[in-house]
Amino acid sequence: MTSRWKEIVKKIDDYRWEIPTSYKEGMSVPGRIFSSESMLDHIWEEHAFEQVANVAFLPGIVRYSLAMPDIHWGYGFPIGGVAATRVKDGVVSPGGVGFDINCGVRLVRTNLTEEEVRARIEPLVNELFYNIPSGLGSEGKIRASGKELDEVMVMGSRWAVERGYGLPEDIVATEESGCMKGARADKVSAKAKKRGLPQLGTLGSGNHFLEVAVVDELYDRDAARVMGIEDLGQVLLLIHTGSRGFGHQICSDYVELLGQAVKKYGINLPDRQLACAPVDSPEGKDYLAAMASAANYAWTNRQFILHWARESFAKVFNKSQAELEMRQIYDVCHNIAKIENYDIDGKPEKLCVHRKGATRAFPAGHPDIPEVYRGIGQPVLIPGDMGRYSFVALGTEAAMAETFGSTCHGAGRLKSRGAAKRSLKGADVARSLAAKGITVKAGSMASLAEEAPQAYKDVSEVVEITHQAGISLKVAKTRPIGVIKG
Amino acid sequence: MLMTKEFEILDHTADVGIIAYGADMKQAFVNAAKGLFSLITNLSDVDEALRRDIDLTAADEESLLVDWLNELVYYFDAEGILFKRFEIIELDDTHLKARGYGEKADNTKHELKTGVKAATYHMLKIEKNNGYRLQVLFDI
Repeated sequence: MTSRWKEIVKKIDDYRWEIPTSYKEGMSVPGRIFSSESMLDHIWEEHAFEQVANVAFLPGIVRYSLAMPDIHWGYGFPIGGVAATRVKDGVVSPGGVGFDINCGVRLVRTNLTEEEVRARIEPLVNELFYNIPSGLGSEGKIRASGKELDEVMVMGSRWAVERGYGLPEDIVATEESGCMKGARADKVSAKAKKRGLPQLGTLGSGNHFLEVAVVDELYDRDAARVMGIEDLGQVLLLIHTGSRGFGHQICSDYVELLGQAVKKYGINLPDRQLACAPVDSPEGKDYLAAMASAANYAWTNRQFILHWARESFAKVFNKSQAELEMRQIYDVCHNIAKIENYDIDGKPEKLCVHRKGATRAFPAGHPDIPEVYRGIGQPVLIPGDMGRYSFVALGTEAAMAETFGSTCHGAGRLKSRGAAKRSLKGADVARSLAAKGITVKAGSMASLAEEAPQAYKDVSEVVEITHQAGISLKVAKTRPIGVIKG
Repeated sequence: MLMTKEFEILDHTADVGIIAYGADMKQAFVNAAKGLFSLITNLSDVDEALRRDIDLTAADEESLLVDWLNELVYYFDAEGILFKRFEIIELDDTHLKARGYGEKADNTKHELKTGVKAATYHMLKIEKNNGYRLQVLFDI
């Protein structure tokens, strides 16, 4: 009965679908899903409708509980969900950010061509694998003290750059300039700090990766040029990781603390994982201060990884980092809550925008994006699976008007990890990638099977929907030639 | 009813869960912990070289179950400890006292399979019907 969703949702147009408040008692706003008709079948089977509806219960939620086309079933909030709540009388929910706070993507250009890199792809992938700690249980090379970790929480990327890991211009090309304000180390538990210390400067495991990619298609050459993407065949580097155990522990701690706040403030929720507190309450403020600390940890983490990646390229190609022109294009986070200003019914309103598996997509002219991109809009980085392609896009005015400046973040899983492992073997996945000209090095064969391309939706379908709906516009498509998995 | 099955693994598109069984709550808590570590590694490869004492207080039974599993995730992530055996010394609705036995993870000896970020409240179930059945989803 996959078509039963047709009785529930209202079609707005080919890419917009609405779940009315009548679907579930307690919804204060409708749900709005950005999807194609064919993708809705899968979303329905996954019970993600239910989660979109549950998010609409959050006090102070404005306009819609939003879902991007890569939506899939999460815990509490769906992954691919966006919810904006009023700061004055709404709530903030750690579940609306997720466990991997400031999981995000960093894209770097090089002046190398596919031909040059293919000739040395094995040594390059090996060098990256050995130079950048990855995999389950791996520890970083950074031996930070407790006091230094406190500084990382407040300073973000700058902490690493000041110590020689990267360039000042990397900071400029990072969302929030790699430092979210309001971070407070005293709002982070000793346990989170203990988990965070050894993992600073590590890629991690699961869906995190490092990808050597080639520009495969250009949709907007002018915008691409502004980003330093000049031609087909140019090699780029993509980094996907987050705040590691540090962020996971902060999320666990605050789901517990805000679970108590739900009772204190008398909030009615359909799922305990949606635990929340008023944005303007002591509990809400404490969470945001801890969350900002994790966001800054994650940016510092990606900063270290970028530095080691540049070192690896320089060594393998026997050129200086400057000669390789490895400029950072941008760094976006896709698990975060941010206080932003929007016009709601003609009046300015301060909102807490939760993006869980969604990317900020600010338009041209927005003051919060780097000056170099003010003429084109904010770069949006959308990684796909390791066998097919990833996309670079731009934020738009339509996103500001409809989705609180947000768009999709990736492919979204199609198969569970268990199902992927039962049907595929890691070694076979490596072989079939090799046949497609993709060199892979992974910490474990099991993780390779779990993360196989077949386990994911086709990211091009996802990106096509956000492009047609106008909430982000395609600039370039890349395909991988080398992948490092944790 | 004879409880032969300790736990089973639940498939969830983005994540993984477990269903743990027990004749009593203590046994079900032990089996949930074993289920968790069976996701991370092969328990048969783990020796009992060290012990950690765990003492937790929570608001209710559901929180206690989530806290218990998250405490074990913490020990793995912060100290690299793989637990294979558990003793629950005291357990009521809001308090738990337990011991975990295991050893430090060693790449040459243990295959590390799935990283677990946290236990969640999502679809959490504690059922008492001719024995106990606990359902927990993990974010991985």
